[in-house]
Amino acid sequence: MQSFEYANPATLQEALALLAPRWGQADILAGGTDLISLMKDYLHTPKRVVNIKNLKELEGIQKTDAGLRIGALVTMDELAKNADVRSGYKSLADAAAGIPSPQIRHMGTAGGDLCQRPRCWYYRQGFGLLAMKDGKSLVPGGENKYHAIFGGGPAWFVSASSLGPALVALGARVKLVSAKGPREVPAAKFFVAPKDEASREIALRPDEILTEILVPAAVVKSATYEVRQKEALDWPLATASVALTMKGNAVASAKVVLGHVAATPWEAADAEKALAGKTITPATAEAAGKAAVTGAQPLSQNAYKVTLAKVAVKRALLEAVKAPKA
Amino acid sequence: MSSKKEPELPARPKTRFSRRGFLGVGISGGALGTALLEREAVAAPANVAGPGPVAITLNINGKPVNLTVEPRVTLVDALRNYLDLTGAKKVCDRAACGTCTVMLNGKSVYSCAVLAIDAQGKNIETIEGITSPEKMHPVSAAFWNNDAQQCGYCTPGFVMACKGFLDEHPNPTADQVKHGLGGNLCRCGTYMGVRAAVLEAAKAAKGGKNG
Amino acid sequence: MANTPDYHWPPMEARKVIGKSPRRVDGPMKSTGRARYSSDLKPKDTLFGVYLTCPHAHARVTGIDTGAAEKIAGVKAVDVLAPAGTEVQWQGYEVAAVAATTEEIAREATRAIKVEYEVMPHLVKEDDLAKAGARAKQGGERLVGDPDKAFQEAEAACEGQYGIPVVTHCCLEPHGQIIQWQGDQVNAWPSTQFVPGYGGALGQSLKVPATNVKVKMDYIGGGFGSKFGPDAWAVVAANLSKKAGGRPVKLYLDRATEQMIAGNRPSAFAKVKLGGKKDGTVTVWQSESWGTGGFGPAGGPSQPYVYTNIPNIRQVHTNVSVNAGAQRAWRAPGNQQASYLTCCALDDFANKIGMDPIEVFKINAQYAPQARVETYRYQLDKAAELAEWKKLWHPRGEAGAGPVKRGLGVAFGAWGGAGHASQCRAIINPDGSVHIEIDTQDLGTGTRTIITQVAAESLGLPMGQIKLSIGDSSLPPDNASGGSTTVGGVSTSTRKATLNALAKLFEAAAPALGAQPEELEAVDSHIRVKNSPNKSITWQAACRKLGANAISEMGANVPANANAEGLNTGGAAGVQIADVSVDTETGVVSINRYTAVQDCGMIINPRLAESQVYGAVIMGISTALFEERIMDEQTGHVLNPDMEFYKLAGIADIGDIHVHLDIRPENDKRGVIGLGEPPAIPICAAVGNAVANAIGVRVPRVPFTPDRVLAALEGRNA
Repeated sequence: MQSFEYANPATLQEALALLAPRWGQADILAGGTDLISLMKDYLHTPKRVVNIKNLKELEGIQKTDAGLRIGALVTMDELAKNADVRSGYKSLADAAAGIPSPQIRHMGTAGGDLCQRPRCWYYRQGFGLLAMKDGKSLVPGGENKYHAIFGGGPAWFVSASSLGPALVALGARVKLVSAKGPREVPAAKFFVAPKDEASREIALRPDEILTEILVPAAVVKSATYEVRQKEALDWPLATASVALTMKGNAVASAKVVLGHVAATPWEAADAEKALAGKTITPATAEAAGKAAVTGAQPLSQNAYKVTLAKVAVKRALLEAVKAPKA
Repeated sequence: MSSKKEPELPARPKTRFSRRGFLGVGISGGALGTALLEREAVAAPANVAGPGPVAITLNINGKPVNLTVEPRVTLVDALRNYLDLTGAKKVCDRAACGTCTVMLNGKSVYSCAVLAIDAQGKNIETIEGITSPEKMHPVSAAFWNNDAQQCGYCTPGFVMACKGFLDEHPNPTADQVKHGLGGNLCRCGTYMGVRAAVLEAAKAAKGGKNG
Repeated sequence: MANTPDYHWPPMEARKVIGKSPRRVDGPMKSTGRARYSSDLKPKDTLFGVYLTCPHAHARVTGIDTGAAEKIAGVKAVDVLAPAGTEVQWQGYEVAAVAATTEEIAREATRAIKVEYEVMPHLVKEDDLAKAGARAKQGGERLVGDPDKAFQEAEAACEGQYGIPVVTHCCLEPHGQIIQWQGDQVNAWPSTQFVPGYGGALGQSLKVPATNVKVKMDYIGGGFGSKFGPDAWAVVAANLSKKAGGRPVKLYLDRATEQMIAGNRPSAFAKVKLGGKKDGTVTVWQSESWGTGGFGPAGGPSQPYVYTNIPNIRQVHTNVSVNAGAQRAWRAPGNQQASYLTCCALDDFANKIGMDPIEVFKINAQYAPQARVETYRYQLDKAAELAEWKKLWHPRGEAGAGPVKRGLGVAFGAWGGAGHASQCRAIINPDGSVHIEIDTQDLGTGTRTIITQVAAESLGLPMGQIKLSIGDSSLPPDNASGGSTTVGGVSTSTRKATLNALAKLFEAAAPALGAQPEELEAVDSHIRVKNSPNKSITWQAACRKLGANAISEMGANVPANANAEGLNTGGAAGVQIADVSVDTETGVVSINRYTAVQDCGMIINPRLAESQVYGAVIMGISTALFEERIMDEQTGHVLNPDMEFYKLAGIADIGDIHVHLDIRPENDKRGVIGLGEPPAIPICAAVGNAVANAIGVRVPRVPFTPDRVLAALEGRNA
């Protein structure tokens, strides 16, 4: 780890004053489950690390008429156990609870989950976010079984966020604050597939702090299904998060978002269309799964993820209609 | 990626900066560990510290411990290299194996992913604080009874994870045990013993309470 | 000595400590975190050593400049290991090393070393033999009988392709040690499977007499075959120590380096063709296999495995040299690969002729070494019974409706495991205390516990009265803990040393009992006259007769004499059955139940023996489902030198495991046999056969990950 100065601000304003206008200067430390590893591998070499865990305004989960406010410092454990989340936003609780390591759930924060860097092994070995070598990505011709099946590059890594697909499906917004003031970004726009090496995979700017997540109140049935090979300490191979607004037994509108298949949570518009007006049955769920992978462009070693994405959608849909209503 | 120009960090707020006596001196030779540990802490309340060694106080197993470390020193390294508390092991050093598990404010965490400086003000429990061969914690006793250790290198982390799990699930089912300990790895293959140990420790704890 | 004691193990029914399951004697230290591994130690003034390693798979060092590193405050020694001109043949190769006052400074200093490389072409993948070119070296063809004729005459034949990748040991305690080299004295605190041999070997490398090398190790955090002699890094640590004026240097590999250079298990891929009769008898075996053990040479798995007497055999193996770290012995070297190739081929043959594989395995057990034929038949039946084979097995692919398919698969293993040469000293003090001294090591197998049990049994004492010292080069030498040879060695040397000492005690006590020494026995902390239990004095009283002189007697296991003595032997057989479920929609394989039947001679501690089998099976399940070193041909990098994408099974990933120790009198009377390796062999094959049984098609390559299972189901097998 490169040495750095450690800042421990007491207020959001102090924290913001300690950030820098460009990436690479200062890093924000919350749970530490990713940042500390990134620093050990010299992928992040900040001159300053800004601990935000003292910022009370970033804590807590509140349910209001407008919906749910999740502070950036809420841990995955708190999220998985919170009664309001579990009853009204099952897909979110599913996603948090799906992390197999209690230690990671205790340490990892909601904000950190959204801001964590990709696990792509080329990135982690120092080949850069887009894994470019001699002007060409290493991924398509390389070891790509865990890489993207959507998006068509040049970003072939998959978003590592556990909450991302659920938040996008639920229509959440994230609040980003800089010294100049706050802004809100839809979760769907927070994740970005970078086009060049200098860009990041999230909309956060280097002088901003993600302070909270706002999930709108809506009577929806939701669920997240993760396909995991291992039940301990591993990443999902593909996930699907669904949020359904019902009219009687039929789907009035659906959001279907895939995870671990693209550089961002992947909105499966064709699946959403396929579900409109339908009752969820094994057959309609399977059809939606098939529709969800329209346009998939698997690489040399990850065609299986197309199958997994289909299954994840089917299983998430069937799980969602089993769940009690909000 | 980043430019080689001067850092674009905003200036440190001057009033908040306490430059400690030995900052800037760098790290001279001599045994760092204990020598620095015992050196008087010159720390003043400030919100920016380092990058040189910083005097910090950690609350470990109920006692305040003073030590001097750079901000980049992780909690597991502080425990092992600076304090000689070696129950927590460093194995993957990337928050993926659980051998460095300690309790932070009552929750199990990976101490390889915590900065020591960041653990100030928190209640740190290591395996040394909860159990000893003379006075074994029920989880340790159950590990022994059920042969839940072979080489034993994962064992302290596993014991801490099991304690944390049982604090949250005093009456676990076998299935909860399987799925509640997914944060620790063992290479010798002691999982069958660990499963049995956790169930036995849960029973023992209840027996203790009732009796 | 007047009479040589009768060293034979007491009869089964007479044993008081042996055959019982006391808890492991170092359990309290381990389960409270107080066990101090060498990597936990920090002798006074210890410096931290860190390696700089090569990022390229193949390169020539053209320049190296350590000036900047040497100037960093806190850096005490820098050693260049790959000077300009060195050709590096794998990623992770040690280029330089630094010793500094803190680990942080040492790590930073390695980054301040400037190295220039001329990057050279590499080959890092071996799974496609066609791409190996000149890096592939075919060995000689082994020919038995007339395979061509046998195939012509065969009533049935099947062909298959199978592959098992390179996996790493992934010891939790990384390789490394602390070395202090001061003047002509060397102190070493290693993590090694061979404490008694370490000092001599290190001394030889450093040109220091073995007498001046002190070695001490209380605990080791995993070895699995990868931690024998002092490694290159021991010499490096010693040199750094010397340069730093004799301060101890603690040099342990970081996880990435550990995964890249501290050993691995060679891969094996093969095309196998079997022919035989419709009654299940195999008459001909043909295999072309290839694999890699890194840049250097590696042997191929012996084939056919166990059923070595198949009358017609054509077999050839090709070694592929790749630019990757070298192989090391991995818990039953070569046997997992061999078992996988043979047992999968046999299972495919059974499927081809429409027979139950248990029957086919039993019929062909005739080809096992003569002494083990009936053992395998018995164990196949026993395993089938315990796994409810008759109820649960079905012909391949007939697993019923629904996406989740259940299947069963069987496989076998064989191992030697006779005791290694070993010496032990037993000391009986006039105050009655007993000290056993033996320079061995407890890898977590329970060596401390079984030595204590043997001593207690032999001396008629409770285990608590035995003090044991191991892991110290000043003690009588045992040997390397490899090849499952430790238990046979230490149990024999301990048995003989303790009985030799007891014979001396009998001599001292005999007059007081009015009997001849050879008429005495030690039972329940008393020395008494055989068949006259009333003529007895306490152990303490007997020891007081020694006056001021302690008894100190040696005992040895001499492998050449072991057969005649009957205390230990080799030759263990095991049969295992996997019961799996495969989610055919996701390709996820999960273990329902895993049955292991294992013969292991006389068992000293059934609890510890079971733990060995559990551990071996869990390690095997991990390799069957998850583990594989992933190489990138474009960059030459190991892509998963970590514990995140180098995936190990966790506590929820192993199903339920049932161990049946084959403790029949005819096995017991064979004496002690090592158990660390034999049960680690059949797992990939048993799981692979179970998966094929469940889903109806063979998934040829280990590990059985969703991508491979789905590819097999969709007919995309490559």
